[in-house]
Amino acid sequence: MRRGGEWFRDLGVKNSGGTKLFSVSGHVEKPGNFEVPMGMPFKELLEMAGGVWKGRKLKAVIPGGSSVPVVPAETMLEANMDYDGLSEIGSAIGAGSVIVMDETTCMVSVLERLTYFYHEESCGQCTPCREGTGWLYRIVKRINNGTGTLEDLDTLLDVANRIEGHTICALGDAAAWPVQSFLKHYRHEFEAKIPALNPPD
Amino acid sequence: MSTINIEVDGQTLEANPGQMLIEVTDQAGIHIPRFCYHPKLSIAANCRMCLVDVEKAPKPLPACATPVNDGMVVRTQSERARSAQNGTMEFLLINHPLDCPICDQGGECPLQDQSIEYGANASRYHENKRQVKNDDIGPLIATWMTRCIQCTRCVRFSEEIAGVMELGMVGRGEHSMIKTHPDGEATPDQVGAALCSSVNSEVSGNVIELCPVGALTARPSKYAARVWEMQNHAQISPHDCVGANLNVQTLRGEIIRAMVRENHQVNGYWLADRDRYGYESVYADTRLKRPMIKDQSGWREVGWETALRHAAAGLNTVKQRDGATKMGALANPSRTVEELFLLQKLMRVLGSDNVDHRLRQDDFRDDLLAPLYPGSELEIIQFESLDRVLLLGSNIRKEQPLLGVALRQAAVNNAASISAINMLDYDFHFPLANTHIVSPGDMVTSLANVAVAVSGITGVSLDADIQKRATDTNAQEQAIAASLLSGDAKNKAIIMGASALNHFEASALSAISAWICEQIGAKLVKLPEANSAGAWLAGCVPHRAEHGKEVAKTGLNAKAMLAKPLSAYLLYDLEPGLDASRSGEALSSLETADFVVQCAAFVSDEAMNYADVLLPIAHYTENSGTYINCEGRVQASRAAADPFGEARPGWKVLRVLGNYLELEGFDYIDLADVQDDYVLGDEQIVSQSGASVNDSPVKIDSKAIYRYVETPMYRLDASLRHAAALQQTMDTPTPAVGLNEKTLVGLGLAAGAEVSVRQGEIELKLLLELDNRLPDNQAFIPAGYAETSSLSGYEPITLEAG
Ligand code: SF4
Ligand code: SF4
Ligand code: FES
Repeated sequence: MRRGGEWFRDLGVKNSGGTKLFSVSGHVEKPGNFEVPMGMPFKELLEMAGGVWKGRKLKAVIPGGSSVPVVPAETMLEANMDYDGLSEIGSAIGAGSVIVMDETTCMVSVLERLTYFYHEESCGQCTPCREGTGWLYRIVKRINNGTGTLEDLDTLLDVANRIEGHTICALGDAAAWPVQSFLKHYRHEFEAKIPALNPPD
Repeated sequence: MSTINIEVDGQTLEANPGQMLIEVTDQAGIHIPRFCYHPKLSIAANCRMCLVDVEKAPKPLPACATPVNDGMVVRTQSERARSAQNGTMEFLLINHPLDCPICDQGGECPLQDQSIEYGANASRYHENKRQVKNDDIGPLIATWMTRCIQCTRCVRFSEEIAGVMELGMVGRGEHSMIKTHPDGEATPDQVGAALCSSVNSEVSGNVIELCPVGALTARPSKYAARVWEMQNHAQISPHDCVGANLNVQTLRGEIIRAMVRENHQVNGYWLADRDRYGYESVYADTRLKRPMIKDQSGWREVGWETALRHAAAGLNTVKQRDGATKMGALANPSRTVEELFLLQKLMRVLGSDNVDHRLRQDDFRDDLLAPLYPGSELEIIQFESLDRVLLLGSNIRKEQPLLGVALRQAAVNNAASISAINMLDYDFHFPLANTHIVSPGDMVTSLANVAVAVSGITGVSLDADIQKRATDTNAQEQAIAASLLSGDAKNKAIIMGASALNHFEASALSAISAWICEQIGAKLVKLPEANSAGAWLAGCVPHRAEHGKEVAKTGLNAKAMLAKPLSAYLLYDLEPGLDASRSGEALSSLETADFVVQCAAFVSDEAMNYADVLLPIAHYTENSGTYINCEGRVQASRAAADPFGEARPGWKVLRVLGNYLELEGFDYIDLADVQDDYVLGDEQIVSQSGASVNDSPVKIDSKAIYRYVETPMYRLDASLRHAAALQQTMDTPTPAVGLNEKTLVGLGLAAGAEVSVRQGEIELKLLLELDNRLPDNQAFIPAGYAETSSLSGYEPITLEAG
């Protein structure tokens, strides 16, 4: 207050003034809340949180809370933590809840957890979200259990696309985005769990 | 307001700014699929079926919730629109049972219909479907909640139109479901009453038609027929003076169900439950199937000829012995104009003007001054725009449920200030600005006091007769006058309901109301029973023949006919023990009479005692004819089925009885012939302000306990009393004695115990109930029940424990 708005804005970068609280969780040594200037490279933020735990390698990051698209490690390590920086890599700053995943993470399990969350959180008011979120969860769960089919992958993406943009509030979009991004970046992990694609030798 | 232009599917449409897109496309006949939208309900936009492609919008928009703006370009069939609509349809169907073959909605199901156009032919959903437990929500509505698509139409209807919080959505997400309010009341015979409450609104049945799936369907007709097998018959509901339009549906000649027939001048999209379920009595076990006569050996069934010969002979004998004026005819006001016309004609040609339909009325002193018929100076569609209202002796919510709904709209949307002067503190579904509850003996005084206050505010000098009836105006009466005169309100009315019109000083109430209306620029609205307007215009009153034609000598009115026995009675679809407010007197007069002919649709226990001939007539659903509602609207009703058993349409029975009596002018070939004898136009109501305030007030003993009488809404006539489902609702309570707390304590009586009720010689036992809606010293004992039929009218009674 004493130093004025301009001073505060100049702490950050263009289009993303000031500082931002990031809540870093997941596979890091020192999870916690960090107030840092906007535009800080993700690498530095990761260091502040003590780096990936147990000396493991980074696999993926959800940079803005569970609803925003997931970003693979290679891209994330080059990115800066501000509005433009994250939108350039196809994700979003969202609520600033950074979820870090190490190399041992099963992306199918993560998506199962995320879709379950949205299935439970849907208020049930409008059709696509009420009906669609449960459907997403059940398909992912089935794939994760090893009983999915190849068509399930297409249906999964299509259901997400049919929720997105069709609901009353943004929860529908939030439920759809992770599905879309997980399939985009980690489709092979889903395929690996589908028996039809992996016949026993 | 200047209009704007929008483009839909290449077509330019004119629209009013602020209109929702779906209203504009509906007007233009462009179909957009929908489930949750309804023109009379608030917008929920929750089903997402109406998504359309709007240029420049980043995503498809719901047509029901998107206001139009100038130059808007809409595509309802583009790839984006169709994919959104198909997507919604797929989502709706994944958890839907799709058990159309065993679903009562099949064939009239918007989900089924729209899934044909927007659904895929196979499901991609391989998971387990959701199951939802069914609740028993009362005798009128069957539930199958697994089929619910959560459109909330039923919830919005209950809250916004019926004005009750009876249905709601509980739970979240996939687990959300429609439930009744846990604190609501359960009907006495509801199964599993502990788990849920019932839906008790008097207009609840509308949710059946609003529900776009088979989640809520009509319970009495459950599984009885498929909609495509049924035929529609355009009928008019005879149960109140609204004259709601409905379709009675039949399967191979048998009546199955009734649904609304939209008429935006009268009932709009809605029906009262009484209109919808009244048909059910048509096949009650209690229908009178064959003519019967009573002779020395008791009752026996006979052929029509024997019965009619017997009836004519009996009536002729009385006429020759005692003269025609010792005979009287009484009719149910819910019958058609044609029947009522023929009944009075038959009596008058026989030589008697003793004919009436007003068995619940007590005061007939202004008959000669009365307009052509008691009715409403306001059209039904104008009720919604009222802004100042005085309800006088009216429980409009239960007496004319659809007018109650309209008045509620006036209160909610128009901020109408509504006051009431009533003898019972009714549970209205709209807020009252002033509630003045007075005992019957104080009604005239209270209204006169309001008139005094009106005169005080406006400076108009008060009518001297009214002055005589006034006392000191109290704060409430002052507030009622102030409310009626406040602001620059244009649409005002005084509405007189059943308990005002049946009051022992109805003529004074009517005259004072007319005076106030004149001073404040209000309309006088009288809401008499059923087809009363038709009965007046048919001449079914003792002082006038059809169309208000003068008669040589006024005959006896209903009260007089029943107060002292006549030699012969002709009862038309009536059980005076249940239909007359002075039922005890009526029964004893009928039992004393030499000869009683009863034309009836039902076997009546009381008639077995007093009648000599029973002639089975058509149930109202089996009857063709005309009804005239309170605004003077003439409406035709067509028989939906042939009369049950050997019953015959009422007009034919009266015609042939006329022949057997060898009366002139009974040679009608068909119903049109009868109508030609009596030409109906749109009847205009004439001014109601003719009556004067009678200055011989009825004396009330202020220390005595009086029996206050009203008839519950589903006990009003035989066709309702025999309608099974309506009889199981909360609106048909078990008869009891109600007293307020002070009176109860004063008498040293305890609620819940049996009391003996004494009126003169009559004694009966009833359960005592606490009823704080009543003023002091009033004992509410309903009419319309055999248990209370030996009592008569508003008279002093004594109550004793045990
Ligand atoms: S509600 Fe409609 S779609 Fe559903 S089972 Fe019944 S008829 Fe079929
Ligand atoms: S019960 Fe019917 S009207 Fe009510 S929310 Fe469900 S589908 Fe809609
Ligand atoms: S009709 Fe528009 S969202 Fe349901």
